[in-house]
This record gives sequence, C-alpha cells and structure tokens, in this order.
Amino acid sequence: MPLLNIRNLSVAIPTPDGDVHAVRSVSLEIERGEIHGVIGESGCGKTMTGMAALGLVPKGARIAADRFHFDGEDLRENAARLRGRRIGMISQDPAAALNPVLSIARQMDDVLRAHRDMPRQARHSEAVELLAATGLPDPERVLKSYAHQLSGGMQQRVVIAQALATGADFLIADEPTTALDVSVGAQVLALLRKLVAERGLTVLMITHDMDVIAEACDRATVLYAGLSVETGPVHDVLQRPGHPYARALLAALPDAAPHGAKLEAIEGSIPPPRSQIDGCAFAPRCPQAMPVCALQAPPERTLAAHRWLCHLPEGSA
Amino acid sequence: MELTRYILRRMVLSAFVVLGVTFLVFIVAQVVPSDPAALYAGPRPTAEQIEKARQELNLDAPLIQRFAGFAKAMGTGDFGVSYKSRRLIAEDLRAYLPATLELAVFSTGLALLIGIPLGVLAAARQGKWPDRLGSFGSIAAVAMPTFFLAMILQLVFAQWLGILPLSGRLSREISVTAPLSMMTGFNLIDALLAGRLDAFGDALKHLILPALTLASYPAGVAMRLTRSAMIEILERRHVTAARALGLSEPRILFGHALPNAMGPALTVIGLSFAYALTGAVLVEIIFAWPGLGRYVSEAILAKDFPVIAAVTMVVTICYVVMNLLIDIAQALVDPRVALS
Ligand SMILES: Nc1ncnc2c1ncn2[C@@H]1O[C@H](COP(=O)(O)OP(=O)(O)O)[C@@H](O)[C@H]1O
Ligand code: SF4
Ligand SMILES: [Mg+2]
Repeated sequence: MPLLNIRNLSVAIPTPDGDVHAVRSVSLEIERGEIHGVIGESGCGKTMTGMAALGLVPKGARIAADRFHFDGEDLRENAARLRGRRIGMISQDPAAALNPVLSIARQMDDVLRAHRDMPRQARHSEAVELLAATGLPDPERVLKSYAHQLSGGMQQRVVIAQALATGADFLIADEPTTALDVSVGAQVLALLRKLVAERGLTVLMITHDMDVIAEACDRATVLYAGLSVETGPVHDVLQRPGHPYARALLAALPDAAPHGAKLEAIEGSIPPPRSQIDGCAFAPRCPQAMPVCALQAPPERTLAAHRWLCHLPEGSA
Repeated sequence: MELTRYILRRMVLSAFVVLGVTFLVFIVAQVVPSDPAALYAGPRPTAEQIEKARQELNLDAPLIQRFAGFAKAMGTGDFGVSYKSRRLIAEDLRAYLPATLELAVFSTGLALLIGIPLGVLAAARQGKWPDRLGSFGSIAAVAMPTFFLAMILQLVFAQWLGILPLSGRLSREISVTAPLSMMTGFNLIDALLAGRLDAFGDALKHLILPALTLASYPAGVAMRLTRSAMIEILERRHVTAARALGLSEPRILFGHALPNAMGPALTVIGLSFAYALTGAVLVEIIFAWPGLGRYVSEAILAKDFPVIAAVTMVVTICYVVMNLLIDIAQALVDPRVALS
C-alpha cells in the first residue's frame, strides 16, 4: 500500500472573483522509501497539493478527493495531527522559513521539545547530532547563530535538520534548491538522497526543474493546470514520455541540459485558474490536438507502472 | 562588536539630546515674561530687594556665562532653590521623583501586561468576537478622558466595592503610625527591604487605581500595535514552517510570532512611559499622589522657574534613559537591529 495515496484531489479557494481551482484533480501514489518528483510550470498547483497534505490550505479552501490517505489515515481528518509528527516540510526559501529573531538553538530546541520527551542537555546533543547529520561542519557554532548569519545552503540544512527533529518519516520538499546556487543545490539533493537511504525516509520532491527529477527522483508525476497528467518511474517519464506536455517539457530542454533549465519555453500559457476546463486542459497548446481533445476528458493510458492521460493511443509518439 | 558599537552610538546620541534640552530650558527661561528676581525677593518687594535678589541670582552676568553655570548646576544635580518656598529643589525631588517613577513604571508594566496579550489574542482570532471586543475595548481605552476614567474607577472600586483606597500613596495607619524608613523612595521596594508585608500590600493597593488610569491609553495603543504587527507576522513563511513542524498554537503565537512583534511593543513602552510622566500631572492631582506632577503644576502656577527647569530636566533624563534601554532591548530581541 502506498504511504501517500491520493486519488482525484481538488482544492478550491473561494475569492471575491470566484473560486480559484488551485488543484483540479491530482492523483499521487508515493511508495515508502522513494523520492517522488512532482513537476510542472509555476501555478500548476504543486505547492497547494503539498499544503493540502499538511492540512495548511488557506482559510475557506475546499478540499475534495476520492482518496486522501497517509499510511491508512484520512488526511482530511488527521492532517493537523500528522504534520510535524510524521509529515515534515522543507520549503523553497530557507531564509523565510527560519525565524529571524530566534537563534537556531532556540528553533531546534522548540521542535525537539514539542516531539521528544527528553531533558534539556539531551535535546542539545540531539540538535548537534541532527545538524551534523545534515553535513553542517560546526554545529555548535550554527546553534549560536541567527538565520541571517548563515548562507543559503546552511539555512536549508538547518531546515532539513528541523524536519528530522520532528521524527517525521515523510518529507514534502517544495523546490528545496530553487533559492540556492546550482552547486549548493546539488549538495542539498545529495544530502536528501543520503538521508532517504540511511533513515528510510520518503520524500515528495516538488520542482519545476527536470534536472532535479533526473538527478534525485525515483518516480515522477507531471502536473498541468492542477491536473496530474502523467506518472511513472523516472526513466520512463524522461525517456518515453506519453503525454504531449511532458514531451514538450523535455524538448524544451537544450541537449546539454544545463542545470536550472526552466519550463517556460512552451508556447502559450496554462489556462487561468478560475476557468472551467472541458476536454483536455492542454488542448490549446498541444501540437497533436484533435477535435475530440477540446470536448472530452482524455482517458488514462497505461504501460506497466507508467500512466498518462491523453486521447492519443499508446505508442503514437 | 556590533552590539557594543550600537549601544555606544545610542549613548552619545542620548547625551546630545539631554544637552539640547538643557539649552532649550535655559532659553525658555530667558524669554518667559516674568522677572525671577521679583519672585525671589518675596511678596511685595521693594526696588532694593529686587536689585539684591538680581545680584544674588547672578542675573546680570553675560548670557553664555549664565548658560554655563546653568548647565553645570543641572549636570551636578544642583537645581538650586525654589523661588517660592526657598527649599532646596534637589531635596524636594528626592521625595517626589520616586513617587512618580513608581507610578510610571507600574502603569507602563500594567499597560503592556494588558495590551500585548490582548493584541496577540485579537490577531489570532482576527474577525471573531475576541477581536471585535478587543478592538472596541482598545478604542474606548484610548478615547476615554483620564479624569473621567479616574472618577469611574474611584466610584466603583473605592466607593461602591470599597476594596481599594480612594487616593493617597499610603494609609494613615502606615504613614503615621508605623512609617517606612525611606531608602529608595519607592514604597514597594522600601517595604520589601524592610520586610514589611503590611506596608507592601498597602502601597500596592494605593498604586492600582492611579496606575490603571494611566495605563488605559497606552494599553489601548499597545493592543492595536501588537494586533496589527501580529497579523502581518502570522502571514509569514516561518510561521507556516513552525506549524508544519508541529509546534502548538500557543507556542507559535507567543514563542515565535510575538518576539517578531516585540519591536512595536517595545516602542509602546517608550510612549507609555512618556505618557505616564507627563500625564501624571492630572492623575496625581486626582489621586492626591505626592509626585512630580503635583509639584510642577504648583510651580507652573507660581512661575517658579527653577522648579520647572529642574522637573523638565529630570523628566527628560528619565525619558532619554528609558529610550536608551528600549533601544538596547530592541537590539537584544532582534539581532538585525544593531546592524542597521
Ligand atoms: N491563497 C491563495 N488564494 C488564491 N489563489 C491561490 C492561493 N494560493 C495559490 N493560489 C493559486 O493557486 C494556483 C496554484 O498555486 P501553487 O500551488 O502555489 O502553484 P505552484 O506551486 O505549482 O507554483 C495558482 O494559480 C495560484 O495563483
Ligand atoms: S488529449 Fe489531445 S490535446 Fe490533450 S494532450 Fe492528448 S493529444 Fe494533446
Ligand atoms: Mg510553488
């Protein structure tokens, strides 16, 4: 049974101008011990999907799903209890994720105190150990520092150490390398891989960078306009993408595939988040669109563990 | 180090402020349309008596020389004698200043203790009834005239319920029968030093109503400022991060968000303290509180300039010192302050 099991999740946020369909229909199956990439253009609902799993959607947002389970528990009822105990978050901007007026020691200790029943001295050694486990060279000095005294890479390691301090075994990493230099980002990815291997963690890796998928992930799900349009093992999704959108994403990458390649090279733009979508959401931009595409929602195509939504028959690429 | 440099810079700035006020006070003394010599010479003075007073007060010396003398006297705490009572001003201050400071410090503490938690609560329940009630309360607290609030408090707590004294600083049973020996001049502290719990309780009871009266306005301001700062901070990413780390809501509110809102809250301390020092005039009169406010209001009516100057200087110094402490506290709370 997948650790995170989501079937047709939708998140609608009411606004004065009508509902924003931040997530329209996302299905995700994340197995224990894997790093599962979620990739898509900015605004396609990656962050909101992660926030829904943490139970941290904006006020008034409506969540609906056919299945929304973490380790057998329904997240609609249990997200607040699971967050910080089993589910942790690593956010895009580590500088903003750390409290600017509290020392790192205080912030580490607060997390440990909330989750572990141990005396002060033991919490301190645990904090030192966790910081060391994230590859920080001088944990004692880091503990005495404030966020603004650390580099971006060090801040992100502290954020990861905090997530580990909760004891969580499932981490939602929301573009953990976007704010970092390329080489520092690569180190953070390597660290996450190492932690997954050593501690048996499971990671939901949100990114808009195909390189991150290629470098760090075991499986990947492609989102488009709040819909999961393709999912499968990374080599399938990268080598034999089924959905024309995924193919366009890959084609948009220069051959040399430099780090940090963005997804904006596809012509046109995603449908506005307030609009109603009939048929295939990608139809206006799809080079292979057929008349039926604008009228009917595409069926699911399956090749072993590789699945995508498209009217084109399998093997037609 | 950054912090030490920052503190030194603040101290130099404070010294300049005090010097500036000294100069201002001196200049005002020169332009006030009243003759100090005539006041000093006593009631219905003759021309000779006035001339004699003029020489005694050294009023004919050049302006610069007189400012130097004035500044030196202020600097050494030699405030001279009152024109009116001929008493040593320094001695009067020793009695009145602690009374006012005790009231100011106590009311400032009360204002923060009431205003900040209510502001946090209102922000946490934004738009719900605690917020609405708090907003209404803070507007009422700010808008209520001091004398009116004082009368209501006296009516309810002294007259009807009879649980707090109407006015004064100590009961007769204490001040006449078994007086406190004056060490610091702060009754609460003196009572504790002497191990007199009866006197401590009595002094505390007398403090409550005037302190509440003085705390009302700054408590309302503290509540508003804390609320708006907290609402902004609760939207920040690190608060979401703290939630995602499974910290409890009270811990997030008071342990994580509030320290970020302490900047505005600390600003209120300065405002509240200044308000308590100057607002003390009316409150001290209403509550028969033997402090600087009453002392200076009598001096103003009598145009007793040395007293006015001395009180102005003392209040300025209290205020400047308080602000210096706040600046330092701010740098300690937020390590980024010292960098700017
Ligand atoms: N609080 C909010 N109120 C209204 N719309 C929102 C809110 N948060 C996100 N959205 C919208 O929901 C959509 C998905 O956002 P998000 O999940 O942040 O996308 P991504 O992380 O993929 O860039 C976007 O169109 C965004 O504008
Ligand atoms: S369903 Fe049609 S429009 Fe949509 S991706 Fe497939 S071919 Fe393109
Ligand atoms: Mg995002």
